[in-house]
Amino acid sequence: MKRYNHILILIAAVAGVQVLTAVLGKQFYLTQLTMTAYYCIAIVGLTLLMGFAGQISLGHAGFFAIGGYTSAVLTTLDLSQFKDSSIVSLLAKLFIVTSRQDLYGGQVLSFNPWAAFIIAIGLTLVIAYIIGIPVLKLKGHYLAMATLGFGTIIYSIVLGTQRFGAADGISSVPAFTLLPGLAVSGNTEFRVRNYYLAWTLVIGVMVLLINLINSRVGRALRAIHGAEDAAGAMGVDTARFKLNTFILSAALASMAGVFLTHYNGGIGPSEASIMKSVRYVAIVSVGGMGSLWGTLIMSTTLTFLSLRGYFGTFDDAVFGAILIVIMLFSPQGILQFDVKALLKKLLRKKE
Amino acid sequence: MALLEVNNLSKRFGGLQAVKDVSFSVERGMIKAVIGPNGAGKTTLFNLLSGFAEPDTGEVRFRDAWIHGRGPHQIAASGISRTFQHIRLFSHMTALENVTVGRHVRSRAGFVAGMLSLPWTHREEREIREKSLNAMEFLGIAHLAHDEATSLSYGQQRAVELSRALAAEPEMLLLDEPAAGLNMRETADLANLIVRIRDRGITVLIVEHDMSLVMKISDEVVVLSYGEKIADEKPLAVQKDPQVISVYLGEDEC
Amino acid sequence: MFLELFFQYLVAGLTYGTIYAIVGIGFNIVYNTTGIINFAQGEFVMLGGMIAVSLHSLLPLPIAIAAAVVLTMAIGALIEMTFIRWLVKPAVLRMIIITIGISILVREAALHLWGESVRSLPYFTGNEISAFSFGGVRVSPQVLWTLGICSVIVISLNLFFKYTMLGREMRACASNRDAAALCGIPTRNMVTLSFALAAGIGALAGAVVSPITQTSYSIGTGLAIKGFTVAILGGLGNSMAAVAAGFILGILESFSIWVMPTAYKDAIAITILLAMLFVRPSGLFGNKEAFRLKDF
Ligand SMILES: Nc1ncnc2c1ncn2[C@@H]1O[C@H](COP(=O)(O)OP(=O)(O)OP(=O)(O)O)[C@@H](O)[C@H]1O
Ligand SMILES: [Mg+2]
Repeated sequence: MKRYNHILILIAAVAGVQVLTAVLGKQFYLTQLTMTAYYCIAIVGLTLLMGFAGQISLGHAGFFAIGGYTSAVLTTLDLSQFKDSSIVSLLAKLFIVTSRQDLYGGQVLSFNPWAAFIIAIGLTLVIAYIIGIPVLKLKGHYLAMATLGFGTIIYSIVLGTQRFGAADGISSVPAFTLLPGLAVSGNTEFRVRNYYLAWTLVIGVMVLLINLINSRVGRALRAIHGAEDAAGAMGVDTARFKLNTFILSAALASMAGVFLTHYNGGIGPSEASIMKSVRYVAIVSVGGMGSLWGTLIMSTTLTFLSLRGYFGTFDDAVFGAILIVIMLFSPQGILQFDVKALLKKLLRKKE
Repeated sequence: MALLEVNNLSKRFGGLQAVKDVSFSVERGMIKAVIGPNGAGKTTLFNLLSGFAEPDTGEVRFRDAWIHGRGPHQIAASGISRTFQHIRLFSHMTALENVTVGRHVRSRAGFVAGMLSLPWTHREEREIREKSLNAMEFLGIAHLAHDEATSLSYGQQRAVELSRALAAEPEMLLLDEPAAGLNMRETADLANLIVRIRDRGITVLIVEHDMSLVMKISDEVVVLSYGEKIADEKPLAVQKDPQVISVYLGEDEC
Repeated sequence: MFLELFFQYLVAGLTYGTIYAIVGIGFNIVYNTTGIINFAQGEFVMLGGMIAVSLHSLLPLPIAIAAAVVLTMAIGALIEMTFIRWLVKPAVLRMIIITIGISILVREAALHLWGESVRSLPYFTGNEISAFSFGGVRVSPQVLWTLGICSVIVISLNLFFKYTMLGREMRACASNRDAAALCGIPTRNMVTLSFALAAGIGALAGAVVSPITQTSYSIGTGLAIKGFTVAILGGLGNSMAAVAAGFILGILESFSIWVMPTAYKDAIAITILLAMLFVRPSGLFGNKEAFRLKDF
């Protein structure tokens, strides 16, 4: 079970950080750390696609937004006026639509967050499937532009549609009660619980993905990455494996979107922006493309710093610079950075 | 019934007729060679058989199924393995890992089983490893198992590619110029090896420029010239065929 | 009335179309010499407009524009020399990511330099309300300026590539880099030159069109996507076809306002782009077989 050693370290780190914030009285850090966890899920999913299947996606924020917005729209939709229609009452009987109190104490009839979550993931799977089939036939520049185009379409739909709150986004999204006593919400009372919940999800996703890359599927993906037609000649259905990976990573991004939206109590169009997608790609690159752990470490660090506002007005510029510097000097990721080789190269040039 | 039957296969690239109306068949358990000058369409023929290119017209039957128009992975799954004229190994993978990919068609763990790491997938992995090591032993390269594949010598890389194809336990093996770049001793070893592969019950279709190798091991020889089949005979008859001789004398003598 | 409106939309479409065409040609110039799609192509248009506007407060209009073009060309060349020149056979994915990074840095620099405000140059002649009338269709003089200058760009580029030594060397470099290098053509300088050229024409177009469309730090990405759509629609590497494709896209967008909300206008280019990529990546006028031989 050597492959799980890092998981144990991660568990210890998650608990350690929580204890540390408690001891130092800096519990407010947990809020950003929780948000970081959700972004990490999306980014680790993208690593699987980019690093293992070798396919770039410049539209992954689009899937994050599909999850977040679907869930936000359904859980804030007020169906009270249709209470007596047969469909709504049927949905209510199935607990898909439930009644809850809104912020002002009124009664709202809207989708149960569980139902909304399942619908959001289902919708993501369908969209990823429909988009993925043609898009993944493309390579290189074409794939990059096509996914960029997909991301832009989602962004302009979100920004241009009144139902999605246009530039303001959607707010007052209710808490998502997973189990009695365990709800995804930004309520500070449940901050520690939410922190553990989010990181438990990260750990779960990491375990699943580590298993996957060590399986026959992981080997097939690396083969596709290494020499696509040889993989085909050995019987790997390259199109299907790429598509499944695309769908899986889209579903993870969407799931992250759903949870973060409930945690933040809302979602805005910037979550769907191209800059967000580029940021995910930047983090995957710094993490070393083919390294789940590298990505997780860099994703936690950079996202946390960014959320705490350490980059100030240079937030986007920092990620742009990271992209360039990493791709120029260390395309294998920052953790693999070979200082000696670079020095040698520079010295040789001077001579 | 022949194991492989090719009927009137044609393929055009723009203005170039790369394969033209080629028909032949391969009996189970034989070694059949395809020869012809450079650009005769041999690799294209292999690409048509293995699903890498779709024929414009014509049919291919393997066992009892029509396989033309199927994708490479489907054809591989039906029992045809191939190697490439220009070696194509998976970079960033060890020799053993390369060979294990060959077992893909003989195993079945998918995304869900893989993510959940179900117990049966571990048994399957163990078998994949054993069979792959066996294939490497058969070629005498088991000691290279943990070296990075693309860092090996040319001859060793060829051996890795061949063990990868054998690991799939195919019924038919397509070899595209396996002797290219090998020295005389290595070529002689290769001849023995191909015969041993055939003796294991694997039917071999081989494209090769090395005439001595072809004449020594093959049971039948197809000759292509400008995409057309000009002969399909026993090796001795091919050597005497005036049409074949004129094609080869017009070219550089091999 | 209907006919008049029709022509108004047509003229607007043509104006936008020329800009898309110029960006598309910029993609082609760089692509031909390097095999790289420069995702930062749209930023050159933004820089041309923004720099010209800033300089215009000090200098007369023609000099401000000329200086903006020269400056942007220098920036283009500088970008190539710092980021691209010394990479030996980089992977496509790596180049994509680098040029995206460059585009972000340029945009963020522009944001810090000029802020978020929308700017524009004054009309070259006349003003917002002056117009020529062509049989009842009113056309702003700036539209004529834009169409005229962009035509001059396209024609002079053609002459440059056909009849000058330098242009021919660049073309030689495009068709076979190694062979060109063997013939003593400094291929690396040709790449730098292609970046400068692409930057220059983008900047000029950006300055000329700014009175009509206005400009701000963030217009680059949108233009890059549209320019790329145009380049693909015409067939990557084929600059004359890009002009036709630019007009097609500009006109389609312009008329789309009749049938759908403006907010979704940008989706048209992307839908065309995706459709083209899926159905005919060699372009409307491209050769399918020849395209397959290209290695991506
Ligand atoms: N994808 C392709 N597109 C266009 N032309 C092709 C393509 N593949 C092969 N050709 C052309 O088809 C002809 C036959 O090529 P093929 O590779 O099949 O020949 P070959 O017999 O294998 O030659 P060699 O002995 O050199 O390997 C050649 O003229 C080649 O240039
Ligand atoms: Mg060949």
